Amino acid sequence: MATPLSESDTISLPPDGRPASEQPAWRRDFPIDWPQDQDVERRDFVKFLTLTSFAFVIGQLWIAGQSWRRGRAEAPAGRRIASTSDIPVGGSLVFEYPNPHDTSVLVRVAESEFVAFSQKCTHLSCAVIPKPDAGVFHCPCHEGVFDLRTGRVIAGPPPRPLPRILLEVRGSDIYATGIETRSV
Amino acid sequence: MKPEHLHFFIDPSRCIGCQSCVQACSECDTHRGESMIHLDYIDRANSVQTVPVVCMHCEQPTCAEVCPADAIKRTADGVVQSARKPRCIACGNCVVACPFGVPEVYEDRKLMMKCDMCYDRTSVGKKPMCATVCPSQALFYGSAEEIALLRPMSEPINRFQFGQQTITTRVFVMAPRQFVRLAPGLDVTAVLDTRPGQDVFDHVEI
Repeated sequence: MATPLSESDTISLPPDGRPASEQPAWRRDFPIDWPQDQDVERRDFVKFLTLTSFAFVIGQLWIAGQSWRRGRAEAPAGRRIASTSDIPVGGSLVFEYPNPHDTSVLVRVAESEFVAFSQKCTHLSCAVIPKPDAGVFHCPCHEGVFDLRTGRVIAGPPPRPLPRILLEVRGSDIYATGIETRSV
Repeated sequence: MKPEHLHFFIDPSRCIGCQSCVQACSECDTHRGESMIHLDYIDRANSVQTVPVVCMHCEQPTCAEVCPADAIKRTADGVVQSARKPRCIACGNCVVACPFGVPEVYEDRKLMMKCDMCYDRTSVGKKPMCATVCPSQALFYGSAEEIALLRPMSEPINRFQFGQQTITTRVFVMAPRQFVRLAPGLDVTAVLDTRPGQDVFDHVEI
């Protein structure tokens, strides 16, 4: 980047003695004074390009390794999360599944209809809030809206539906039996 | 950064041609074996008088002006540095352009090297090597007050006229006081026209 040629930070004088404003434009690109000479040398630039592309290669390998590891991961074990009497119709309950700190939310949509989704918004991981009256999950961070029954995106920036927690009702107990991640 | 109050003063009339500065300069590790200072004979046929030539560190560095590779840079303390090694293409433009004849191209390593006022020394407050070894103090590095006390008959000048172009330098040349009063700068082109035997200040009318 060529810096503006001002008379205060210039110590060398042009040979014709005219002020900096009357000097040709190339003087800005090829300053004599060291402080203004911020040009990047070719060798440094090539070094930068090489190291940066190496960093990209390593990043790609890391991403590939991560997805390979995720693909081999076993399905989470089923777990009892609540009993049907814990939540009224239209009520919700936050639980941690499949791991601690992975908060998910269970909603009783109707008398015998339960749905559960991961609470992590697929946009930037804010916690979504169930709004059973409106039939949506609402993410307050960027006004993302998901459907309450299916978890699909209705409005806002989230790119994917919420991961669905598979439920199983046995008698009066509700069990989480798995997690279903969807891309569309 | 070179201290602001210290300057380089050249007193050509005191040069005894001992070549101490040349030897001292060539011993430096930053340009081992090559001297960045040289002695010029003024009028070899009639006199043994020599003049030490170091870089004058011009305010309008012509060497840097003509450099097509953008290799000659000047630091904020006014020192015109030797050519940047990765950039210099050893074209020799600076050698031709310098009004004082300072830069030199080393064809074997394709690099111009010139006096940089011993930047490794002056930037940490030491004197340039040539000034420390000069036995007659023709090369002096110190403050303006010191030189005024040491050379009461002389006065430092740093304006040189080359035809239409005026060059002011960071390095001072000591000139007889009576001439400096009459002409604040040295008209180099007029001096070049003087015939052998004439004084360099003969063109100044007293």
